[in-house]
Amino acid sequence: MAAGEIWITGLGLVSCLGEGREAHRAAFAAGVAPPVDAATYAPFTVHPGPAVNLDVQIPKKGDQRQMEPWQRLGTYAAGLAIDDAGARGLVSDMDLIVAAGGGERDIALDEGVMAALAGLPPEEAAPKLNEMLANGLRPTLFLAQLSNLMAGNISIVHGVTGASRTLMGEEAAGADAVRIAAMRLAEGRGRIALVGAAFAAARWDMMVLYHTGGLLRRGPWAPVFSREDAPGAVPGTLGALLVVETAESARARGARGLARLNAVVTAQARRERGEDGRDAMAHAFARMAPALRDERLAVISGATGVAGPTVAEREFLGALTRPLAVRAAGSRLGWGVEAAFPAGIATAALALSDGALPAPLEALEAPFEGVPRDVLVTGFAAWRGEALAHLSAIPEGDQP
Amino acid sequence: MSDLDHVGRPVVAVTGIGLVTPLGFGVAANWAALLAGRSGIRRIARFPTEHLKTTIAGTVDLPEEAGGAPLVSSRRVLRLATMAAEEALAMAGLGGGDFPGPLMLGMPPVETEWPHRFALSARAAEPRYPALADAATGQEWLYREAAFAPVGEALAARLGTRGAPVAISTACATGASAIQLGVEAIQRGEAEAVVAVGADGTVQAEALIRFSLLSALSTRNEEPTRAARPFEKSRDGFVMSEGAACLVLESLAHARKRGAAVLGLVRGAGEKSDSFHRTRSNPDGGAIIAAMRRAIADAGLRPADISYVNAHGTGTPENDKMETLGMRAVFGGDAPPISSNKSMIGHTLSAAGAIEAAFSLLAIRDGVLPPTINHDEPDPAITLDVVPNVAREAKVRHALSNSFGFGGQNVCLILSGAPA
Repeated sequence: MAAGEIWITGLGLVSCLGEGREAHRAAFAAGVAPPVDAATYAPFTVHPGPAVNLDVQIPKKGDQRQMEPWQRLGTYAAGLAIDDAGARGLVSDMDLIVAAGGGERDIALDEGVMAALAGLPPEEAAPKLNEMLANGLRPTLFLAQLSNLMAGNISIVHGVTGASRTLMGEEAAGADAVRIAAMRLAEGRGRIALVGAAFAAARWDMMVLYHTGGLLRRGPWAPVFSREDAPGAVPGTLGALLVVETAESARARGARGLARLNAVVTAQARRERGEDGRDAMAHAFARMAPALRDERLAVISGATGVAGPTVAEREFLGALTRPLAVRAAGSRLGWGVEAAFPAGIATAALALSDGALPAPLEALEAPFEGVPRDVLVTGFAAWRGEALAHLSAIPEGDQP
Repeated sequence: MSDLDHVGRPVVAVTGIGLVTPLGFGVAANWAALLAGRSGIRRIARFPTEHLKTTIAGTVDLPEEAGGAPLVSSRRVLRLATMAAEEALAMAGLGGGDFPGPLMLGMPPVETEWPHRFALSARAAEPRYPALADAATGQEWLYREAAFAPVGEALAARLGTRGAPVAISTACATGASAIQLGVEAIQRGEAEAVVAVGADGTVQAEALIRFSLLSALSTRNEEPTRAARPFEKSRDGFVMSEGAACLVLESLAHARKRGAAVLGLVRGAGEKSDSFHRTRSNPDGGAIIAAMRRAIADAGLRPADISYVNAHGTGTPENDKMETLGMRAVFGGDAPPISSNKSMIGHTLSAAGAIEAAFSLLAIRDGVLPPTINHDEPDPAITLDVVPNVAREAKVRHALSNSFGFGGQNVCLILSGAPA
């Protein structure tokens, strides 16, 4: 056990596949297409979230009412992660570093405003807009959709009251949350942190936003590397919170680690200049490579299905010139935006602790029979940002 | 002074400052106005205010908006952040589009706004979201204005910062959090230099209404310049405002090596979140007390070493009462002077922590404390020296800057003078 070693000691994963480690283990092993809803948001397909009993992790109805769906999902998943890590006793000094979106709308109010004001000249529309919003907005909606209030609610509901930071910026924010949490722990700032994000996919307001960026697949579900007919992401409701902890802390309290988090690197290519991030990721990989065992390398891919970054990732992986077993988290969980990279880390940690990669879903996903001991997690984001992480199995002798 | 601090971390120097607030553009104009006790609060002219409970704000009106449509928030945030950053980088001698470190950007959440929805609605078959989605096809310009990443992306490209920009939101503590992220990156040797920015530009109708619905805003609409009254008996809420500040942070070693003028130090930071309520502190003040104490300890100082506190001081009845409680708990009977810049610039929200850190550094540099204006009748419950109404000369070696956010996110910074 090296100084500065970081372990993942708890997972709070909620997705279309269910909630918790057991549900995801079973679904990953089954190797079948994940649940989809192709009708409600047509022409877009989404992966709906599972029905969860919110009361289990958010006991007060008053708290539940103060949150929009993504905040509830994140707060729920945070509770799962804390329980999974057996870390309820450590929350008062647990640091909280999350990534968040926001901007969930009151759809009915918005549609009412648009219907009422369409065609009015601006000087008439603006005062009327004031009136409709002042009378129509729920006072609680602001805080319920505000980005930093997922963290605020995690503090209130679970008592997590160390540092609290909310990063913004889609997938890149999720990757930086994991990176910054790991770096702070490695340098001795705190002993345990809760990191991750949550995203509620089944919403028209989110469809409108991401479709303006041309990021969504229009058409039926297909695995991410088989979307040439209609490139794009299939959004998935996803809560992915992780408890990360110094190995020293975990061992001292007798907590088993699920995986070692060895390195997280983030970068941002200037895509508008034609850069695609392969160089920065290849450089990052070169620094990780000496620590990798000389065997088929398991990769949990963050590929989204959006054309440019998906091609860039395939070329990056191809240039590694070593046998790979790629599994796309997005083909199983959907595109969870801020939650995508933390979910990739969670999927890798689960594979390492279970000793099994998910079953393949498409031709590009080569069979892998053995027990994964190193996993690479990629994150070539749909719009901007690239990330790479290396996790490895914790030798039994290092466990408490 | 050593290049390393009391626990062996690189000392973090400030070599550039940039400021934009309703008081003006640039450090010189802002500092002069602040010391003169001038208010930047006025009646809102950006949009009609019929049906609004609050019709005043601090606004930064941009030349390109004159006579045309106002910018949406994300574009205003980018514009203000760019102005502050370019001033700071020029001061540091690090302009020119190749900055030797990353960008840490404190900014408000952005989202689709009414101009966006109306633009889509005008193209849509009916005023319903599914039709809006159809009309959204190919409207990439809107994604650049309504998604989170594009603001940092555009600013990083403009400044030539390295690596992925990090954007952070901790409500009213955001600007301080951005500085803290930069300080930590330098302290752990991840970066030699960081551009830390706090920016906000969300004075628009819906945002104002949202704060109104939380009963957070002053409704003293008839006297805009007298509406922000932190620590004063008749205070009735904060005044929404906007602006930006940038600090160029460098390891002291890096600054010395390149011969840069050091304006001051960020000597420490502390944070502690609250679990009590979404908009209120725990009545015991535990989290804000812990944040102040942690910042002082992180700087290797004792409370008695702090000679000025730049208040969070929003002017809400609740905040100022709790901040007073926290001050007494940390400093006892001998609390240093505390003043609120928000009495003049209003609450610049995501920018406030950065703007107030910048003003704290200027107070140390010039040996003068900015006042808390509109201090007509003291609140008997607030026994602090709030530097009422008039700036005061005072030698300050170490200042504490407080930022307490909705959602219970509390961050405090310790700003110190340049080493002799």
